[in-house]
Amino acid sequence: MELVQMQKSLQDYTKSLFLDNLKVEESVLGVIQKLEFMGVLDSQFLQLQQLQDESNPHFVSQVVTLFFQDSDRILNDLSLSLDQQVVDFKKVYPHVHQLKGSSSSIGAQRVKNACVVFRSFCEQQNVEGCHRCLQQVKKEYYLVKNRLETLFKLEQQIVASGGMIPAMELGF
Amino acid sequence: MMNRGLGSGGGSSSGKNQGGEAVVEMFPSGLRVLVVDDDPTCLMILERMLRTCLYEVTKCNRAEMALSLLRKNKHGFDIVISDVHMPDMDGFKLLEHVGLEMDLPVIMMSADDSKSVVLKGVTHGAVDYLIKPVRMEALKNIWQHVVRKRRTEWSGVPTHSGSVEETGERQRQQQQREAVSGGEEDGADDNNSSSVNEGGNNNWRNSSSSSSRKRKEEEGGEEQGDEDASNLKKPRVVWSVELHQQFVAAVNQLGVEKAVPKKILELMNVPGLTRENVASHLQKYRIYLRRLGGVSQHQGSLNNSFMTSQDASFGSLPTLNGFDLQALAQLPAQSLAQLQAAGLGRPAAMNSKPGLPVSSSIVDERSVFSFDNPKMSLLHGVPTGMEPRQLAGLQQHRMTIQQQIAAVRAGHSLQNNGMRMPLASQQQQPFSRPQQSSIRQPMLPNRSGFSGRSSIPESSRVLPTTSYTNLAAQQQHSMAFSNFQQELPLNSFPLASAPGLSVRKPHSSSYREDVNSSEAGFTAPSYDMFSSRQNDWDLRSMLSPHQDSQAYSSSSMSRNNNSAVAATDHSRNHHQQTPQGMVSHHQVYGNGGGSSVKVKAETMGFHEQYSNQEDLMSALLKQEGIGPVDTEFDFDAYSIDDIPV
Repeated sequence: MELVQMQKSLQDYTKSLFLDNLKVEESVLGVIQKLEFMGVLDSQFLQLQQLQDESNPHFVSQVVTLFFQDSDRILNDLSLSLDQQVVDFKKVYPHVHQLKGSSSSIGAQRVKNACVVFRSFCEQQNVEGCHRCLQQVKKEYYLVKNRLETLFKLEQQIVASGGMIPAMELGF
Repeated sequence: MMNRGLGSGGGSSSGKNQGGEAVVEMFPSGLRVLVVDDDPTCLMILERMLRTCLYEVTKCNRAEMALSLLRKNKHGFDIVISDVHMPDMDGFKLLEHVGLEMDLPVIMMSADDSKSVVLKGVTHGAVDYLIKPVRMEALKNIWQHVVRKRRTEWSGVPTHSGSVEETGERQRQQQQREAVSGGEEDGADDNNSSSVNEGGNNNWRNSSSSSSRKRKEEEGGEEQGDEDASNLKKPRVVWSVELHQQFVAAVNQLGVEKAVPKKILELMNVPGLTRENVASHLQKYRIYLRRLGGVSQHQGSLNNSFMTSQDASFGSLPTLNGFDLQALAQLPAQSLAQLQAAGLGRPAAMNSKPGLPVSSSIVDERSVFSFDNPKMSLLHGVPTGMEPRQLAGLQQHRMTIQQQIAAVRAGHSLQNNGMRMPLASQQQQPFSRPQQSSIRQPMLPNRSGFSGRSSIPESSRVLPTTSYTNLAAQQQHSMAFSNFQQELPLNSFPLASAPGLSVRKPHSSSYREDVNSSEAGFTAPSYDMFSSRQNDWDLRSMLSPHQDSQAYSSSSMSRNNNSAVAATDHSRNHHQQTPQGMVSHHQVYGNGGGSSVKVKAETMGFHEQYSNQEDLMSALLKQEGIGPVDTEFDFDAYSIDDIPV
């Protein structure tokens, strides 16, 4: 694929992560992805991108990778906690809280929003509600994980072809 | 932050070792930040952001580790940023420790933006509270807290009883005093002002550079503030274990309630130690004791924790304002109430602004107390007895709690214990607390021992913090000074006339004593207000609005704003909050009289508070059907003893 094409695809794809109601054709994977009414990422992600520069060229992917590792662990712990006979919400709550914090810090807004709902069910000590929330959080998490991994892949392809990653032009 | 070229933003930090200009140029580059968060993602992002701001960053994912880092290197950091929810230690506990031991500004952060937690941050003495996700813009300006703290500490030097009306004047007096006590001559100021130490100061604290220097000498400052990244001199007396033991021995010899700084100083016989040092240390110590008593801790353990919670040096308690915030954070509800009352009352006296909507401010403050303490609901729905006009009348001269609090914050010991509650509007100015909202909670005369512990301590924290962070330090201090100086005529204290005072006295105790000991005792001129009901009400109004305003006002003194805010935010809590402690505190302030009264009051108050608290607590709990304290918010944060060191 031509460099220019790849760059364009990357830009479109990146935009799609932020914007609502956008149907994006993912040229690299050839899959039409329809986004829900809310972008999987918010402007906080842009903040991260701004922190990346020549002295820290891989900052975004490093942070995101860290986020994935940590979140995998948290989701695991959450599943275990909620599967107990007697759910200990004192354990569940901090996990959800932390996931909310980390997801908001990298800009994974849908994960964060799902965590907010999850948290309120925790406060109500509603086990059934929490289970549903966990499922929703997981769903959103895998979604953003998938999207970001695709994003990084697109970027890598561009870099491998000798090109520059185009700057984002969203007006956040 | 642009690195102006004087060395890197990293290592040389504030360029303390360089000339004055160099320091200024560099700052805030090189600000040494310690960031604590158990979330690795956030930690990494924060570190990156802070480095981009040219700060020197150390990250830590465990609160315990952070504390030991800070202890090992007491002056190695300028500011701490900490998450609220951490697995090994509650962020607020860390906040308390840092405040007590190292007296560094601490910024709290969390994904939790619920008002109760934010308020808790304020009341515990955090200089700021950031909501995650933290943006770069928020971090860029954290250096202001470092500067502010230094300035506050400087101008917060308590002056001798008397007439210092303004910061400048105070400084002059300080200089004179210091000159007399063997400090440098005034003429030497010019010479010194160009010294390395002063260089930075000149840039940041022109008016106080010479006095700062003198002060340092006067105090025989063990620490010469050279590690101050912001280059603001801050002479500190380091309360080493030995020194503190001497102090405690002296206090015990005199009797905790009877101990006054002057006598303690004499007993200790430590060259270079000033009465102010002792006064402020005494204040903190008392607060510590109260807190322990309030949370059912043993005195012994209190002392232990008091000592052991710090390293060899007692955490370099500054004699200035800055520390008071932290100390206040330790206050049990009652003390807090007292402080608030003092702080509230005073300003009114100072500004003599009649017609302030005291009631509103009072309400605000109360709500602050009750904000996240469901136990406070005992007073729920109790109609406030105070009428606005009554309040206005009361306000007239009290350098009451507000002033006292301001004074405390300014590092003075509060002398006046006038409980007069926040004569709201006027006083607010210095405290920049929009305190006054309608007082919702009536003062309950009989509730001297109200166990408003959980809420009050927070409130107390709010007070100092708010004024500290919100108000321009100078403004604050000058106000504090003016308030402080306002010697409240002792005779205005209608102790005799206040039937309920005897009950209340106890609480005023330590608070008052601190005040009196350090300054000419000024009693809240508002004593005429002390009809029992009024007194109670005053206290309460002083307490809650005070807190409230602090919590929510950032430098705007407008009462209206405060009222609105308070009303909005605290409506729920107002009635809940029973400023029991406040009541008792009010009484205390009412005393304003001789120290003997104070002493008794203190003793009585303390016990009363305690037992009353328990009763109240159980009553409240029953009434509210509330279970044990919510560890997430309350007492855990206060039990320093529990922190494994």
